[in-house]
Amino acid sequence: MARATAARIAGWALLALLGCAHAAVALTGAGLRPLPSVARVVDEAGLLKADEVHSLTATLTDFEARKGSQLAVVIVPTTQPEDIAQYGIRLADAWKLGRRNVDDGAVLIVAVDDRRYRWEVGRGLEGVLTDIGTSRISDEYLRPSFRQGRYYDGIDQALVKAMGLIDGEPLPPPPQVRSGASEDGLHRALGVLAFAVFAGVFVRAFLGRLGGALVAAVLAGVLAQVAMGLLAASIVMAVIAFVGTLIAGVGGLWGFYGGGFGGGSYRGGGGLGGGSGFSGGGGGFSGGGSSGSW
Amino acid sequence: MRSVARVFAFATLLVLSASLTGCGYNQIQSLDEQTKANWSEVLNQYQRRADLIPNLVNTVKGYAQQEQTVLIGVTEARAKATSINVKPDDEASLRRFQQAQGEVSSALSRLLVVSENYPQLKSDQNFRDLQVQLEGTENRITVARNRYIQSVQEYNTTIRQFPVNLTAALFHAATKPNFTVENEAAIAKPPVVDFNSQPAK
Repeated sequence: MARATAARIAGWALLALLGCAHAAVALTGAGLRPLPSVARVVDEAGLLKADEVHSLTATLTDFEARKGSQLAVVIVPTTQPEDIAQYGIRLADAWKLGRRNVDDGAVLIVAVDDRRYRWEVGRGLEGVLTDIGTSRISDEYLRPSFRQGRYYDGIDQALVKAMGLIDGEPLPPPPQVRSGASEDGLHRALGVLAFAVFAGVFVRAFLGRLGGALVAAVLAGVLAQVAMGLLAASIVMAVIAFVGTLIAGVGGLWGFYGGGFGGGSYRGGGGLGGGSGFSGGGGGFSGGGSSGSW
Repeated sequence: MRSVARVFAFATLLVLSASLTGCGYNQIQSLDEQTKANWSEVLNQYQRRADLIPNLVNTVKGYAQQEQTVLIGVTEARAKATSINVKPDDEASLRRFQQAQGEVSSALSRLLVVSENYPQLKSDQNFRDLQVQLEGTENRITVARNRYIQSVQEYNTTIRQFPVNLTAALFHAATKPNFTVENEAAIAKPPVVDFNSQPAK
């Protein structure tokens, strides 16, 4: 009896272990090649010299500052067990190159041992870096140079050509270095106020004019404290919200709500910060681009 | 007395709106919309492929007039696939759609295999461009399908888990059928190309 119970417990334990092991395998992505961390130029295959990496990085950094588009080069020994296109979309989805909603990112992937390359083009650039366009650039610059072992020349020329094409596309200008802290705070304060007064007027229907104003004041105070962290500002906001709700007619409110909230929900385009902290800006990819081999 | 009723009404409204969110009603709606958006992208990319085919067939015809069966095969598969009116929430309809698109894929790959025999065709710039576009489209189809599969999986998982399954049952949110892999394996079988026996004429 005791032995049977012990055996059963051991069985359950074994099952649990197996289950955990299975989950662990699933978590590591079933042996896929881990993605490199985000950088403009990644050379995991040791194909380029240090100064060549540096020069490519500088070119791409300048281009982003001038045009706003994020380009990157990733050189890996191999993309096995995935196809280079699968690896490419996985990388692009993880990195999110390009600005949010502009989707103007692109990455050139070179798998040295597989002798394959691929352009992974963001949705916003599919119009200029078409499948045919990237394929022609590859035929003309990448392939001949790669065959002669001049990897840097090929990549450099191909990128210059691609940047030339992107230059012809009217994209939103790159974000200026903003001193936008105060502006941001103002937007936020307006948003909080609008929300509080709106909620206050809504609650007024149930709790009466004074109750609504009190709710709005408390709401504005708490939200302001959370959003800005300044006690004095929070108190001022609470008073404004109180008075505003007390006197606000519903008709006048809508205009205020529209203007204030529109400003309040404003967000910057993404992490295109200067310096070395390079990261994707939130661009979307859907498998555009072309692949080839040399 | 009236004010008490008002406070009560307000509280009820609050609890109701909170419970809608808490029971996953809003989540079901947003996941449902997500699958719809992803499905549109799938259709969009299949349509893009269908748009490429007439051009491709005409180009190949210019060099390989004698490959009638293959050319007609592609044209017919395309006609069949584009005539299907697919409802993604209906499993049979989805399977028919997948089957028809799979036939287009295999007809196309047969066409590309055959075109290997015509060096002049292979060096034609127009044909090469079409090939690149076709490859890009197939790739986009793969990406779009993967995203659709993932969003349906997320939707189905959500509405089958407690407590959202109660909300789902209340609002008749049913699980959605997904693209099937085993079916795909049968379709993706490489076409048998036998150069020794001529096809019946």
